[in-house]
Amino acid sequence: MLPGGHLLSVLIFFPAVGALALLMLRGDDHKYIRLIAMVVSAAEFLFSLLMLPRVPIGTAGYHLEEFAKWINQPPINYHLGVDGISLFLVLLTTFLTPISVLASWNSIAHRVKEFFVMLFMLEVGVVGVFLSLDLFLFFLFWEVMLIPMAFLIGIWGHERRVYAAVKFVLYTMAGSILMLVGIIWLYNSTGTFDLPTIQQMLANGTMVLAPRTEMLLFLAFFLAFAIKVPLFPLHTWLPDAHVEAPTAGSVMLAGVLLKLGTYGMIRFCLPLFPEASHRAARWVAVLAIIGIIYGALVAMVQPNLKKLVAYSSVSHLGFVVLGIFAFHNISMQGAVYQMLAHGVSTGALFLLVGMLYDRRHTFEISEYGGLSTPMPKLAAFFLFTALSSLGLPMLNGFVGEFLVLLGTYQRHWQWASWAAVGVILSACYLLWSYQRVFFGEITREKNRTLPDATAREKWILGVVAVVTLWMGIGSPFITRRTAAATQTVIDQVEPQRPYEAATPPGAAPEVKGDSANTAKAVPIERLGIR
Amino acid sequence: MFPRTIDIYRVLPELIWCGFGVLAMLLQPFVRNRHFFTFLAFVGALAGTAASYFAFRHAGPGFSGLVQSDSFSFFFHLLVGAVAFLVVLAAGPYLDRERLPFAEFYALLLFATAGMGVLASAQELLTAFIGLEMSSISSYILAGYRRDSLKSSESAMKYFLLGSFATAFFLYGIALVYGSTGTTMLDKMAAADMSSTLLKLGLAMILIGLGFKVAAAPFQVWTPDVYEGAPTPVTALFSAGPKAAAFALLLRIFATVPAATHFWFWAFWVLAALTMFVGNLGALVQTNIKRLLAYSSIAHAGYILVAFAAVTFMAQENSAEAAPAYAAVLFYLLSYALVKLGAFTIVSQLGGSGEKNLSLHDYAGLSERQPVVAAALSLYLLSLLGLPVTAGFFGKFYIFKAAVNSHLVWLAVLMAINSVIGAYYYLRVIVVMYMREPSAEAAALAPVRFPVGVSAVLLITFVGTILFGVYPNPVINFILRPNLLGH
Repeated sequence: MLPGGHLLSVLIFFPAVGALALLMLRGDDHKYIRLIAMVVSAAEFLFSLLMLPRVPIGTAGYHLEEFAKWINQPPINYHLGVDGISLFLVLLTTFLTPISVLASWNSIAHRVKEFFVMLFMLEVGVVGVFLSLDLFLFFLFWEVMLIPMAFLIGIWGHERRVYAAVKFVLYTMAGSILMLVGIIWLYNSTGTFDLPTIQQMLANGTMVLAPRTEMLLFLAFFLAFAIKVPLFPLHTWLPDAHVEAPTAGSVMLAGVLLKLGTYGMIRFCLPLFPEASHRAARWVAVLAIIGIIYGALVAMVQPNLKKLVAYSSVSHLGFVVLGIFAFHNISMQGAVYQMLAHGVSTGALFLLVGMLYDRRHTFEISEYGGLSTPMPKLAAFFLFTALSSLGLPMLNGFVGEFLVLLGTYQRHWQWASWAAVGVILSACYLLWSYQRVFFGEITREKNRTLPDATAREKWILGVVAVVTLWMGIGSPFITRRTAAATQTVIDQVEPQRPYEAATPPGAAPEVKGDSANTAKAVPIERLGIR
Repeated sequence: MFPRTIDIYRVLPELIWCGFGVLAMLLQPFVRNRHFFTFLAFVGALAGTAASYFAFRHAGPGFSGLVQSDSFSFFFHLLVGAVAFLVVLAAGPYLDRERLPFAEFYALLLFATAGMGVLASAQELLTAFIGLEMSSISSYILAGYRRDSLKSSESAMKYFLLGSFATAFFLYGIALVYGSTGTTMLDKMAAADMSSTLLKLGLAMILIGLGFKVAAAPFQVWTPDVYEGAPTPVTALFSAGPKAAAFALLLRIFATVPAATHFWFWAFWVLAALTMFVGNLGALVQTNIKRLLAYSSIAHAGYILVAFAAVTFMAQENSAEAAPAYAAVLFYLLSYALVKLGAFTIVSQLGGSGEKNLSLHDYAGLSERQPVVAAALSLYLLSLLGLPVTAGFFGKFYIFKAAVNSHLVWLAVLMAINSVIGAYYYLRVIVVMYMREPSAEAAALAPVRFPVGVSAVLLITFVGTILFGVYPNPVINFILRPNLLGH
């Protein structure tokens, strides 16, 4: 059986083993390669589920920690750990990888082996980023995932793939290399790369940064994350990368990679530089709101279906950033939830767009129209996914957006009002594009004979739809587990403001039964969720 | 006066390298088998490198302080010895293909290596000068080794003219330093009057002379032409060996002479910034892979100079803290030498007879034709770019750390900007290999064979790059020894 002490290492390196195994295979036996890729990615997902029972509800701090010395000078450690936030982001990653493998079953026909190797290396990098508790290790994984993603776009992408791949790498590197300088600077003031140690030093006051230094450090980290999110006006790499990437690449990019930016903000920017975060919050919020509205408006006028989904990501991720920088536990939870929901539903949208592309080899909306007649099943899935993405209650998008708006409203009602415009706009562009693609008369003769969803596609979409629905209804399963972690972040960023002051009147929380099983638990009433 | 035995021990590597070089030249008229000389040079390079451990075991000043055998010189002897050894392995097939004489090539290579060895352990300026001349003159000839190629002759001519000019600067610098301090021994200069203008001028001239050797801007103009024209294995040698040796001497001077550390902070700052930008911006527009790598080696000299700025800064503040900055230089040179050797070896092999296929177009679709070679070249490029899990990543990390440690945050930021500029042209090569359709003639190229020697070079550099990228501990522990210099 699995050694329980090394579950996280297994999670990180199992895909790498899978990639190595694939490399050993002959390149022309495509069926066999796909099968192994599927088995490896599915097994990885099952492994990641093992984390669930080991992360107790309502307990702050990191679990399943692993610690080993790595480099003596400077002291760099191999330190892993998982908390409520990273837990679900890892699950999202390991869930979307097999989905991506399935989605690339037929659409990737050349250099199949290399494709799955790159996909697995990407998974290694992403899971590593989520689980690292050492700043150096974090940075290492952050850079590791860059090249596989660039290859996914650049080799298996569409017409302007090379341009998009290079742009993606240069943008990301520009931010991350400055983050490296920031990490080293932070090391100089603390003498350690270990995140929990630095957090402790901050908490007990052994490390105090000068305001100017803190601001510069905050910016060094924030810029790298903001590019990744991407925050307006650093988003211009995103549409290119998305449109040119193959379907699986888009799914991983939108589903997981964008979350690395917001995850970084939650994990590093806020806890490590609380004062600077406060000072920057207003400006970040303005950029986030601009992103929400701008992304939605641009999405509305896109003639290209994939670009439309890409810009909707800009808009949705704006909500996440807003929720984070409102410094309220409810909005922070909403932000985490929105990250997961966006990963699933936007991932699904890219899958659907990819399926349309497989049939017609175009993303132009004007090339489609009336598709619900030849392909009613695909149309139904598309509608379901679009509704979840625009935040229909009962589906996953609603929970995240609602919590973000609710939490933000308690702090800054103006921010929430502006952001709410984005909710309306998202309904506009999604429904309008749905109407143009699926309803009305069939305008192109070619479309009349398009085949409906195949069994494989139905399986993919069905699984994603079930998860979407479950996340919409069973949201407490997730929020209960993230609550303690987000509350820790809030405590770190606002040590001077006790949480109770921000509790809305009349929001007396109802204590659920499972809060009893935690000894050192954060009192669940402080978590502000029911 | 006959030297003591212990003195002999301390220069044993140089003696062995020179001895095998002379042997190769003497045997050349008698031995017909060309591969015998490859074997001879192989044994010579290896024996000399092994002997450096012997010298290290008998550490201390030799020849009344002219040379110093210590951990520092041990490191550099291993480095230049390994470079020579790998170049021997890579050069055999090249010389065969280009129908060039074997014996002289290896003799010159070993002489150059011996010169670099002297540079790494010299503790006295005239000894250093002799080392510099040994390595330079051999290099001039090696650069023009393809006599019937115009480019190669041009390369040798340029290298010779500009190189002698720089050597003159170096020599004049020594004269001025001697004039002001009354000694050429580095360790005796500590007592000198640090404010003497003559001393500063002399050190500035030495800096210019060595700046030429390491291709620091504005003394870099020779680099692309010489690198392009020289036979590719020689280019590999140039980019790894002499550069490391010149940096070694520079580091020893600026570590031992207090006057050298106090006033040179800004000089290094400006040199570093200028060199990075000149190298990286120049590389952006190159279409010849050798020129591209040449400009990249200028850029990397700039990164190393960042660490020098940190060294000089630390020397003013608290010299005990300077150790990590030294370590950064040493580690970077190691990672850089591995990668450049690997990359140039691939370029040499893919160049085909007469070195025709050096344009980026010829690399289009390489990943389909020769996936392993393309993967190896990508790894080297990613290491130059400084991505994990390669040795270059740690090299860059240590330099960043040294810079930030010395409060050179702005220089670090400039270096970060340069890394991104660098990313563009390294990626361009990778993009060409993996994402571009080959042109008709490139597609028609038959896969190039990689003989055993060349494959061994690639294997060693590949494994080394990854190994030091994952586990740099042994090297770092060694170069962070408190008595790196002088004991």
